[in-house]
Amino acid sequence: MAAHSAVLSMSKIINPFWGGRLGNTVKVFGTSLTSSRNRHTPPPAKYGGRHTVTLIPGDGIGPELLNHVREVFRFSCVPVDFEVVHVNSAMESEDDINDAITAIRRNGVALKGNIETQHTMAPSVKSRNNLLRTSLDLYANVMHCQSLPGVQTRHKNIDIMIIRENTEGEYSSLEHESVPGVVECLKIITRNNSLRIAEYAFRLAREKGRQRVTAVHKANIMKLGDGLFLQCCREVASGYPDIKFDAMIVDNTTMQLVSKPQQFDVMVMPNLYGNVVSNVCAGLVGGPGLVPGANFGRDYAVFETATRNTGKSIADRNIANPTAMLLASCMMLDHLKLHDHATSIRNAVLITMNETRLHTADIGGQGTTSEVVQSIMRLIQSKGQLTSEL
Amino acid sequence: MAGKAWRSAILNHLRKWGLSVSGEDKIKAKEVSLVVGALKKEPPLPRTFSRGIQTVTLIPGDGIGPEISAAVVKIFEAAQAPIQWEERNVTAIKGPGGKWMIPPDCKESMDRNKIGLKGPLKTPIAAGHPSMNLLLRKTFDLYANVRPCVSIEGYKTPYDDVNLVTIRENTEGEYSGIEHTIVDGVVQSIKLITEDASHRIAEYAFEYARNNQRASVTAVHKANIMRMSDGLFLRKCREAAEKHKDVKFTEMYLDTVCLNMVQDPSQFDVLVMPNLYGDILSDLCAGLIGGLGVTPSGNIGANGIAIFESVHGTAPDIAGKDMANPTALLLSAVMMLRHMGLHGHAKKIEASCFDTIRDETVRTGDLGGNSKCSEFTEAICQRVRDMD
Repeated sequence: MAAHSAVLSMSKIINPFWGGRLGNTVKVFGTSLTSSRNRHTPPPAKYGGRHTVTLIPGDGIGPELLNHVREVFRFSCVPVDFEVVHVNSAMESEDDINDAITAIRRNGVALKGNIETQHTMAPSVKSRNNLLRTSLDLYANVMHCQSLPGVQTRHKNIDIMIIRENTEGEYSSLEHESVPGVVECLKIITRNNSLRIAEYAFRLAREKGRQRVTAVHKANIMKLGDGLFLQCCREVASGYPDIKFDAMIVDNTTMQLVSKPQQFDVMVMPNLYGNVVSNVCAGLVGGPGLVPGANFGRDYAVFETATRNTGKSIADRNIANPTAMLLASCMMLDHLKLHDHATSIRNAVLITMNETRLHTADIGGQGTTSEVVQSIMRLIQSKGQLTSEL
Repeated sequence: MAGKAWRSAILNHLRKWGLSVSGEDKIKAKEVSLVVGALKKEPPLPRTFSRGIQTVTLIPGDGIGPEISAAVVKIFEAAQAPIQWEERNVTAIKGPGGKWMIPPDCKESMDRNKIGLKGPLKTPIAAGHPSMNLLLRKTFDLYANVRPCVSIEGYKTPYDDVNLVTIRENTEGEYSGIEHTIVDGVVQSIKLITEDASHRIAEYAFEYARNNQRASVTAVHKANIMRMSDGLFLRKCREAAEKHKDVKFTEMYLDTVCLNMVQDPSQFDVLVMPNLYGDILSDLCAGLIGGLGVTPSGNIGANGIAIFESVHGTAPDIAGKDMANPTALLLSAVMMLRHMGLHGHAKKIEASCFDTIRDETVRTGDLGGNSKCSEFTEAICQRVRDMD
């Protein structure tokens, strides 16, 4: 943003005569300058210093958890305004989800709860979450699983980053009944997308100082499909000699994860295996209420809980764990470059989890959601930052 | 009276096959849970069974296969199990018409005996023929892969309350092997789900649950994404559930199952699922109880054929060095004994095996000890002999 305006003013100095009429060229130069500087440039939905973020409440525990997020943001005076877009999962028409997608295109960033897919409806009514991901081309799903000292688990010292291809693979939703009683479902693997996700994984690994990237596949059975994925990963790996690369078959991976999860560092994989592995890892560190997830595309970013649960059975009972959603909102704040706010909320959440040990039912405690949120807000206030009333 | 004689004959048969109608000879749920077998309309048990020695086809396999098969044979001898082994080799040969097939004497033996025990088979990389396991599967139409996962008392893992069975559809699904490159750089893999195969596996799962006193069957699927394919599978499972109202039926998404499995595996009972999910989940469950070196497995085919196998690899690095662990093959053989109704022998051998592992003095390398395979086998044989 700053670079853009700098380039504009530069052009006015250099060419006072042509100033206004060089608009297009400047825009081209401007965007190339800004994009080469940082691939996660904050989106331009910013007015008066306040960002606008699309909020999709979803179903189940989504609405109540996102309300808590808004409460915490309002309390900490975070300069973010939410544009709420409701998506009705019971409706067959796709207008709702298309409106949501337009809103995200406008704002660039979104925070969402999971939208339920009622598979009793006709197969032509596709999963709304999947539609969102493919329309916005959110090709990378990133999840960071870390053991938290305050949570009792069977395995300790887990620190795994999972990067999952988010748009193709088994989730292409291309199915047909060729003969009555025989259904074919297509799994698509493309070279471009595999290269893209592998590139993302290695770049992220380098940025975070990680040593090893493991590709998870089933190329012994799906020789062409996963074989292509593996080949692309190897190609990209050759460009990052400082990072070790190895591959592991998915069933062996799950076996290793439940016996020795500490051996894994960064993992990259196609869509379905990503679903399995990310849920296994989330279970290993303490459950679905603890891990945040992010979906990144070239131009958009959508943040949500990592395991994408609707949580219908615990909805509206004030027992859901707000940690995952709050940590996801902190990831969003980091993406918007509001690092101070992100750190203060994150610290408050982690202190409540690890030191105060105020836990909700899913991790063995007795606290309610509101108690946990109140404790977090009190901690934020005690750190001396600007807050509104409790 | 004819009616009473008929009824007592049926009761006798049931008791012999390990199922009871009265309370006192009720076999413990844990034991029966390891039985693989469904009482179908045609008797699945071979004809020679009730007359004494039962012949079983033994396929030693490659790598450590021969050593562990020899260990199992030795232990069965010590237990005086009425089993006669017929050893056969499976190496792919090209039959008439250019199709790869297994040697005809092996096929003939299996068709005759109906029960088989198989060691690990290696898949040569560039041999030009499909994997041996795949060939066997296709030849005998082995449609269900059953893996009971029960925590072993003597072998400590972070999970000690596992008691579940995974039933995996073994013929179609994602492993149909149909792939093509549509355009350069775009590959399409086809996942096939058919009504017949789904119906067959669903029926088998419920019959298994019923015959082994299992309370519930859970169908694992991803019908929110793969609407038509997993939707069809789910529909068939629901239909089978209607016919078996005594067994509880639930459906759960694959990701939820994975999530809950690593947190609390005790909530699961019998899981039925298509091929790929079955592959991943059954290995996940094997990992919970200690790995492939201690997990039994059985494959059920059409026409009453059942092949029990160890699912680990051939371990070429320790082949011939007397370091292998025969537990997986042994437990699969125990599963086979239960399938045939020889519960007494099954119990004896299984208890000896678990006691030896619990004892911790004689353990093979993969279980954390440094004994030889022969020492481990001898310890089990000794315990079996002592039990008599």
